[in-house]
Amino acid sequence: MNRPKREAAARRILEQSPPRVPPELYAEAVRRGARMLRRRTAARRLMWLLLGAAAVAFAVWALTVQPWVEPPSETTPPVTGWEGW
Amino acid sequence: MRERHASQGARRAREFEAFVAGAAGRLLHAATLLTAEPPGANPRARRLTALSLAHTYAAWDRLHGEDPYDRTRQHLTARFAREAWHRHGGLGGGLGRSRRPSGPLGGLSPQERLVLVLRLYEGVAEEQTAALLGLPVERVRTICDRAVAALLHPPAAPARPVAPEAKTATP
Repeated sequence: MNRPKREAAARRILEQSPPRVPPELYAEAVRRGARMLRRRTAARRLMWLLLGAAAVAFAVWALTVQPWVEPPSETTPPVTGWEGW
Repeated sequence: MRERHASQGARRAREFEAFVAGAAGRLLHAATLLTAEPPGANPRARRLTALSLAHTYAAWDRLHGEDPYDRTRQHLTARFAREAWHRHGGLGGGLGRSRRPSGPLGGLSPQERLVLVLRLYEGVAEEQTAALLGLPVERVRTICDRAVAALLHPPAAPARPVAPEAKTATP
């Protein structure tokens, strides 16, 4: 038997006796799919919320600490007693 | 915004129901062939099909013209391959044969069933099958020929003494 014939015979064996589709298959797929979608939405929302909270926290910290202002020098000794000259 | 959301959900439900009505039979048959379960008692195949359809449902709004059937089949085969890998520690392994599941494909290994179902039942091209399974094209052809031979001339009941080197030697 040549190759196309063999493959056709195998295909016939595969095609026989298809299973009955249970009616609850659609409902099950929709239930699981909807849950997946809900979880994805919740995860996205949580991510944005965390991102927003981090941005607010950074802004508050920057405004209170003001790291761009030059700190007062601590190396020069305080000059005292110059009025006496 | 909420109204648009609701109408989108209704449209998705309608389209998805039509898709399932048309495709579920074929997908479930393919899954049953993959798991080598009898058509009347196929809990694994049903689970595989339901999970793959659920993924397609979740991705329905982002398909962008992609064929939902292709996508579901891709998910189905990938999931089956992963499960078979975890179950038997390899797709080609002899352990898959030793459990001897029933059905016409009961005597074949999970990998042979995958190639057979994709190539012959689903009619996927050799190159695409190779890409889906991550195998070279020649290897897919060899596995397909071997699987067809095993399907048409099932080996005698104790199929175990087929040594790995003998398997690769068959034309």
